Amino acid sequence: MAPKALYIDYQKCTGCRLCELVCAVKHYGISNPARSRIKVMKWEMEGLYVPMSCQQCQDAPCLNVCPVKAISRDEELGRVMVDYDVCIGCRSCVAVCPFGAMSFNVTDKQVFKCDLCDGEPQCVRFCDRKAVDFVYPDEVSIDKKRVAAERLSKAGKEASALMSEI
Amino acid sequence: MPLNRKIAYIDLTTGDIQVKPIPMEIRKKFLGGRGLDAYLLYNNTKQGCDPIGPDNALMVSGGILTATCAYATARTHVMAKSPLTGLLGSCNMGGFFAPEMAWAGFHHLVIKGKADHPVYLYIHNGEIEIRDARGMWGMPSTDAQWAIRDDLGDQEVKSMVCGQAGENLVAWACVMTGIKNSGGRSGMGCVMGSKNLKAVACRGTMDIKLAHPVEALEFNKRYIEQITSAKVNQTQGTLGTPFIWGATNSWGGIRCRNFQYNQCEYADDMEPERIDEICEETMGPYHMAGCFGCQVHCRAQHRIPEGPYKGIYEEGPEYTSQGAFGGETDTPRALTVLVGNHLVDQYGMDNLETGSIIAWAMELYEKGIITNKETEGLDLSFGNDDAVIEMIKRICFRKGWLGDTLAKGGIPASKIIGKDSFKYLIQVKGMSNLHSDERATPALALNIATGSRGSDHLRSRPAIDLYHLPQDVMRRIYSNPVPYDGPLSSEHTEYIGKPWQVFWHENCYMAVDCFGICKYHTTFLGATCPNFDDWPKVLYYNTGIEMTPREIWDVAERCNNMERLFNIREGLKRDDPEKGDVLNPRYHEEPTRRGAPDVVGRVIEKDKFLEMRAELYKHKGCDEFGVPTQETLKRLGIENEPSHIL
Repeated sequence: MAPKALYIDYQKCTGCRLCELVCAVKHYGISNPARSRIKVMKWEMEGLYVPMSCQQCQDAPCLNVCPVKAISRDEELGRVMVDYDVCIGCRSCVAVCPFGAMSFNVTDKQVFKCDLCDGEPQCVRFCDRKAVDFVYPDEVSIDKKRVAAERLSKAGKEASALMSEI
Repeated sequence: MPLNRKIAYIDLTTGDIQVKPIPMEIRKKFLGGRGLDAYLLYNNTKQGCDPIGPDNALMVSGGILTATCAYATARTHVMAKSPLTGLLGSCNMGGFFAPEMAWAGFHHLVIKGKADHPVYLYIHNGEIEIRDARGMWGMPSTDAQWAIRDDLGDQEVKSMVCGQAGENLVAWACVMTGIKNSGGRSGMGCVMGSKNLKAVACRGTMDIKLAHPVEALEFNKRYIEQITSAKVNQTQGTLGTPFIWGATNSWGGIRCRNFQYNQCEYADDMEPERIDEICEETMGPYHMAGCFGCQVHCRAQHRIPEGPYKGIYEEGPEYTSQGAFGGETDTPRALTVLVGNHLVDQYGMDNLETGSIIAWAMELYEKGIITNKETEGLDLSFGNDDAVIEMIKRICFRKGWLGDTLAKGGIPASKIIGKDSFKYLIQVKGMSNLHSDERATPALALNIATGSRGSDHLRSRPAIDLYHLPQDVMRRIYSNPVPYDGPLSSEHTEYIGKPWQVFWHENCYMAVDCFGICKYHTTFLGATCPNFDDWPKVLYYNTGIEMTPREIWDVAERCNNMERLFNIREGLKRDDPEKGDVLNPRYHEEPTRRGAPDVVGRVIEKDKFLEMRAELYKHKGCDEFGVPTQETLKRLGIENEPSHIL
């Protein structure tokens, strides 16, 4: 079976940033959102919070751009990994990532990205709303279909109610 | 590590900034947050200092656990001498400010002096800079925060600001962060305005190394489960705090028409379910937001659904806004509550005080003590929605005689208005009571009468007293960490045992305020939430400090006594109607007229109230006048304050 993937449903996000905290604590034993691999982007005046993390792309730009081939795909866990013994810290991957998911830590002078906590992502474990979830990728669209179908049928009922009033 | 966060002393007159470490000796005695602020206030102000003069010291702090992997450590605490009461000024808010300040390297700020033009402080990775805020003066609270981000070119900056009410020295102006997180009570925004300090802005990326991160992470998870398993917190997470207003109003614990009724009738339009409907209609099915690291997420999101403010994004309303702009003024309509809530957030003034003062003015208008002459033609009748909104604006901008007079605070205003006006002012120590009516709940009445910052529910309210908990459960809660074998009553209309409950909660709430944790995460509304027994683990895993439950209790008692010492130094006298531990006589004289069968017809019996108060003083180690005895101060190691160690 294909490995699970992070699925972010930003509408469910409460903006609490617990995911950022536990990510840094899990990986470094340190509280510091600057070290988190997941980051909640906010538009406070809209009440809009969007968690951003690595999409573990199939055709990963970071992997493709790396001049020393330090980045590889781990098919078993469905993730893109950095080999720090090979990495030269050129930050090309940071520049090329379309999601801003590859970050650079100025203290350790290293790039870093989501490693799915080796299959037990802490951001998912701590998010009670499951705005960040860990699911089989092929299940995402069937769930979305169900929600959209509900919306359609509700709209249809409202429309027929309107028709009957005429 | 959390313990290497610093304290900074900032003199706005001279521009001098000193940064110091916080000694372990002080940490163990006061932990941090509100407790350490109480020590700093007592040590950094002189008796009788002018609350809006340069000598007043403004403390801004996070708790000792702020930004660690404990749970929900979002709280910012602000303390100074209050311009509203002349006694202790103290407020606490959620959001993201204090954690950002901790990542920027600081736990405590002591701000003195007065800048010669509007400024803001920028705190960034161990550095503090005083920057020009002339361009931001006059801005409402959110505009000011975004202007600071633009000024610094960093959208991640978190600021606490004062709004126009603070600039205009409205006595109860509050501090704001985010859209609606308010350090509401006792006028700390007014102190900021008096110092020409528009904002404190923070941005930090400094590591906070945890003492035992693996355990800290696991215990965080455990406590989250404990906290979110409490039904009350689940309800907070779906309906927000409006559910408390709805539940309290249903049995008759809500002030209506200032203090004439204890239940607001015809309130369907502002019941929690109705507020939730508006949130859902305007923001979709997921419309609850959370403060830093919190899984209760009690902050509702909405857009104002109609009227001149239609479409504006806001957060809340909290139950306090419902009480202030719906119940007390008898305008139980969602739109009035939402617009009132929006205006006080933008202006930066305490919703509770604003609503209470307007309701007081309405009763004075009804009694003919003020007339159309003083209101300049405004019909200040109860139930007039437009008048509520208009008065919020007049007070903030001190417009007209009445707006300007009320903005000075209840007691000064009562002296200007004269006649019988003071009699109708529902206050303790000069701070208006919140929107609740405590005539049927002696424990809650004792709490507001003796709260350190004036009438207030967040200092010692035994809210779980309303749950009629079984005796064994009460015994388990209240006999820990200090043995108590005195009487306890599960009946909320009773007087026995209540002083001990008030004393216990006073220490419990002080402890969470020292940690920087939200009260929804302790024994406030949820009887099963963590308290003294659980905290040593959280403290040890995150900071490495080893303390027993009893030692944490002692810290709380010590800090409460520091607050008491400050209040006594600044003129608290037991029976003083303006600065004492007393209730408005109406609590003793006017029986409740509405509510459940066991609530209607109640007063707080004066003699029993005095007995309760005397018993509370004994528990607290005070003499019969409510002054801490030398023995108590020695036991707590604060007999030589001010010690000026920090």
